[in-house]
Amino acid sequence: MILTNHLPALQVVVPLLVAPLVVLMRVRGLPWAVATTTSLVAFAIAVGLTNTVLDSYSVTYEMGSWRAPYGIELHVTSFSALLLLIVTAASTLTLVAGKQSIDTEIEHDRQPLFYAAWLLALAGFTGIVVTGDAFNIFVFMEIASLASYVLIAAGSDRRVLPAVFKYLIMGTIGATFYLIGVGLIYMMTGTLNLADMEARIHEVGELRPILVAAGFITLGLILKAAIFPLHAWLPLSYTYAPHIVTAFLAACSTKVALYVLLRFDFLVFQQNLPAHEVQFTVFLMPLAVLAILIASGVAVFERNLKGLLAYSSLAQVGYILLGASLVSVPGLTAGLMHMFNHALAKGTLFLAVACLGMRFTRLGLVNLSGVARQMPWTMAAFVLAGLSLIGVPGTAGFISKWMLISAALQEGALGVALVAVIVVSSLLAVVYIWRVIELAYFGDPTEASQLANEAPAWLLVGTWVAALMNIYFGIIPSFPLSLARESAASLLQHLP
Amino acid sequence: MELLGLYNYWAFAVVLMTGLYAVITKGNLIKKLIGLSIFQSAVFLLYITMNKVDGGTAPIVQKGVTDQVFSNPLPQVLILTAIVVGISTTALGLAIVVRIKESYGTIEEHEIQNLDRDS
Repeated sequence: MILTNHLPALQVVVPLLVAPLVVLMRVRGLPWAVATTTSLVAFAIAVGLTNTVLDSYSVTYEMGSWRAPYGIELHVTSFSALLLLIVTAASTLTLVAGKQSIDTEIEHDRQPLFYAAWLLALAGFTGIVVTGDAFNIFVFMEIASLASYVLIAAGSDRRVLPAVFKYLIMGTIGATFYLIGVGLIYMMTGTLNLADMEARIHEVGELRPILVAAGFITLGLILKAAIFPLHAWLPLSYTYAPHIVTAFLAACSTKVALYVLLRFDFLVFQQNLPAHEVQFTVFLMPLAVLAILIASGVAVFERNLKGLLAYSSLAQVGYILLGASLVSVPGLTAGLMHMFNHALAKGTLFLAVACLGMRFTRLGLVNLSGVARQMPWTMAAFVLAGLSLIGVPGTAGFISKWMLISAALQEGALGVALVAVIVVSSLLAVVYIWRVIELAYFGDPTEASQLANEAPAWLLVGTWVAALMNIYFGIIPSFPLSLARESAASLLQHLP
Repeated sequence: MELLGLYNYWAFAVVLMTGLYAVITKGNLIKKLIGLSIFQSAVFLLYITMNKVDGGTAPIVQKGVTDQVFSNPLPQVLILTAIVVGISTTALGLAIVVRIKESYGTIEEHEIQNLDRDS
């Protein structure tokens, strides 16, 4: 069928075109219905693309029939398919489940704008993932970021404003660094097409500008991916954003930046810069280890539930990066699996937070004391996802941590040290998740938690669907695993 | 001499760092945004510099002229997009500053931090 040939373009174009239409919809409930349907369509397209990719390795699409490398080329690989599924599934699930939560947090007359920004963010994230053009990535990155700022700034606490301002400044600096890097590469090679860049860079005798470009691009994307020590924008933004927005962004935004980072470093730079894989490891592995240890440590002392989970997110980004910085197929596979599994676990946790947010105005840990008696289903889902975050056998989190540990052990003495880091950080995760559980189940009920009753059924159903997916992919991980394996193999094909 | 001949790139580096310096050191949120705009403008300069070809003119095909040297038009197009992105970012940033002023009554970073600490 002709339409299926255009799936890579439709993936981005559908949410992009619906977004301005949503602004005009003034009937109560309509913007939500249209945004959710669009997100569902995007998810269906992502599933369709994944099927094609699994059959035929990769899909290319020439925008407006302009031949690559002159025109913009869309390029969907198994790696992009994995990310597309994460992004569109996270968006769809949070939208379907989160209507009531959004209704309580966003006034009715601002909702059309809110949902339009949501669709723009979705279009931006999917755009970054499908495009094969370096400048196009910059444009989509900024579309996604600007929309994310708007979504986060919709939070009701005034402290969200300085937080989002900080995010805007740091996000823009990151994107501009990326742009400088792309400019330097364009200067040397005359191409913006990533596949063409791979082929052309080694024709360039003078490698200094390429080296500088690699520095700028890596640094810019590290900022966007909130890798320690450039993570300062993330915790406060996630803490004060509307709960459903946090669930959506926590599941995908940093991972999309990591996607671009891995694609550039392993496909474009790897075969062209001497000993690039060694530099990648030397530079990024310490950052990953620091992120894992410090962020987990801070999470243990955090007093706000969302802040705690945000710091835990930083640690999880560290795991993904640690897997990648091993620069081996098992390591990268583990990292990519962790992208998928962390999106599941953290998405569920933040949906459970949204459930709590329906009944509590303040989400300090002390406020939640004794809540499990009144909201048993919410807290049970929280515990389930918490176990997955810790990496208890039988949950999705276990699979990727196990793979990460076995990949690290192949690295000899260094690997043993890394395993120690992973174990220590997992124990810290036990501590911070247990703090929440202890208070919720065994703490004395506060006035607010005595008055609380179970969250609305629909939101709860969404949370439980996400929670059960943690179990499902913990027992039958073959589907994400096959995508992750194939992606890792294709990313590392240039390794000496 | 060769280094001085690359003065456009020197200008790029100086403007870039001026902007970054303002973003980092200024406590006033509007000044931070001005710094951010300067920072972004530097990149425009980088792109526009690299498209220039010695003796090149605008890439317009004329009848009968076959030996004309053209400047590269692509970076100009790219930077047009980047300028639009820069304007959107500045506009959104200013909108946030307006809301900060409305809810905090100040746009000085340290005063905002003090207000947050007290609440």
